[in-house]
Amino acid sequence: MAKYRGNPDSVRNLVRETEVHRDVYVDPEIFDLEMEHLFANTWVYVGHGSQIPNPGDYFTTSIGAQPVIMVRHSDGTIKVLYNRCPHKGTKIAIDGCGNTGKFFRCPYHAWTFKTDGSLLAIPLKKGYENTGFEHCEAAKGMTPVKHVQNYREFVFAKMNDNGPGFEAFFGDSLSSFDNMIDRSPAGKLEVAGGVLRYVNNCNWKMLVENQTDTCHPMVAHESSAGTARDVWKPYEGTGKPKPMAVEIFLPFVSPYEFFEGMGIRVWDNGHGHTGVAHSIHSDYAAVPGYFEQMKEAYGEDRAKAILGENRHNTVYFPNIMIKGPIQLLRIFRPLAANKTLIESYTFRLVDAPDLLLERTQMYNRLINAPTSVVGHDDQEMYERAQEGLAANGNEWVNVQRLYDPCERDTPVAVANGTTEWQMRNQFRAWSKFMTMSM
Amino acid sequence: MTHPTDRELIDFVIAEARMLDELRFNEWLELFTEDGIYWMPAEWGQTDHRLVGSLMYEDRLLLTVRVERLKGNRTFSQKPKSRCHHVLQVPTVDSRNDEAGEYQLYTPFHYVETRLDDQYLFAGWARHTLVRLDGRLKIKLKRVDLVNCDSAFGSIQLFM
Repeated sequence: MAKYRGNPDSVRNLVRETEVHRDVYVDPEIFDLEMEHLFANTWVYVGHGSQIPNPGDYFTTSIGAQPVIMVRHSDGTIKVLYNRCPHKGTKIAIDGCGNTGKFFRCPYHAWTFKTDGSLLAIPLKKGYENTGFEHCEAAKGMTPVKHVQNYREFVFAKMNDNGPGFEAFFGDSLSSFDNMIDRSPAGKLEVAGGVLRYVNNCNWKMLVENQTDTCHPMVAHESSAGTARDVWKPYEGTGKPKPMAVEIFLPFVSPYEFFEGMGIRVWDNGHGHTGVAHSIHSDYAAVPGYFEQMKEAYGEDRAKAILGENRHNTVYFPNIMIKGPIQLLRIFRPLAANKTLIESYTFRLVDAPDLLLERTQMYNRLINAPTSVVGHDDQEMYERAQEGLAANGNEWVNVQRLYDPCERDTPVAVANGTTEWQMRNQFRAWSKFMTMSM
Repeated sequence: MTHPTDRELIDFVIAEARMLDELRFNEWLELFTEDGIYWMPAEWGQTDHRLVGSLMYEDRLLLTVRVERLKGNRTFSQKPKSRCHHVLQVPTVDSRNDEAGEYQLYTPFHYVETRLDDQYLFAGWARHTLVRLDGRLKIKLKRVDLVNCDSAFGSIQLFM
């Protein structure tokens, strides 16, 4: 018997003001409903335009559990198509990035489709004459995802008609994307340096919550960043320049006061970011020549304003996080209630010095790789939580820190950097987008 | 000055793997030159370690952080500890430069890492650049290419 399907009240009851029921993390039925509703009613990140610069270029990926292809159509616009042949269901492409020319060709029976998905040709077409084929689903070709928005080359899609439009969904939260893009003197980013992929045996939402969890770094990462601090200590003050890697590790073990002071901003619909006043990315060494390029491109005041913004992690609900000062985007891909694939993409700031991309790559491998010691610290906590939630003594997870009863009526706010408001914000959005089409 | 024989070079690589299997990490660190590097590419046939992502590209400082971390009291991902096991094909001496005291070896391997009830198998090729320093062999570069270097992995916590 279904416990949650067709019963929106039972889903709503999983989210209380300051706690959530464990079923949001462990229940397979809830996971299926997330794929059907949450990931269909929200704007989900698909990919970046620089991955498909030319007509016919495509990129295979997924939206929730749905396989899709993002493709540059002949008119230069970006289309997102469900990745299945309308004939027998065969995936049309599975090889990541490529160029398909003017049309897709199914490898099974050679049906062909224009890059907007429409049916181009079928071998032995006369076999369908007088069968009423033109009225069937297959005649329409590959199904496009209905709602696609290209925001400064960051491509999002929404599968359902339900849910707010793009601007209403993201509101002012797009300022974090703007800041990341504006850090390029050309106002342009390119996906660069590949992608690091890491599988964690836990629910995808644990990872999303952890992006704005500022009370864990000094505890969970004492083992990695704390050790880096200790290993570096004998060299401090000896005149030996602080290595980039040490610069990246050290802020993770800053004291609580540092994280309290950095602030957290929440936006409507589950978006939010840490690092309003400052962040762990504020004190990196200047990259020679970069500021001059920025000044040239934007003028001194604007360049200072762009680089003075050092947002830490910006969560775009439901499942990505970006780091503007590092030019990094992480996707938390739900594979099962207890399995998540994390893909960490890096970007080149077009026209900026290579040293910035070098730092981005170093950050990604030190923090986000399956070989990362920081990653190991985090994964251990998520997986222990996934297992610990089986305990029947308490069925609720607590997200009460710095709770304020006015939150519900305050869609946009800045708060103490250790608040769990952003987690509550995500769960309020979760409840809304889960149930709006049930 | 006598030069190392091929047998000595091969024995060095075999002894290095044994050191890792016996979790003698501090001794293992000492095998690297001061500017020694351990590199695990994340891309098939990767040539650029700077602007392309790697799984690991670590100097002595970063390797020391790892080794110290493995011993830490609050290293929760190592409570309990991981173990590892290498099976090496006999290393091939790919090139010798006795004059410069630099040697390259190629070693296909299978590697198992375990923790709790989980066991993961990896397969790849190790390429060692060894140098002779004060009469002893040292690792200048150990490059580890996994056959599935671009796959999604769970945690890899030890050294291949």
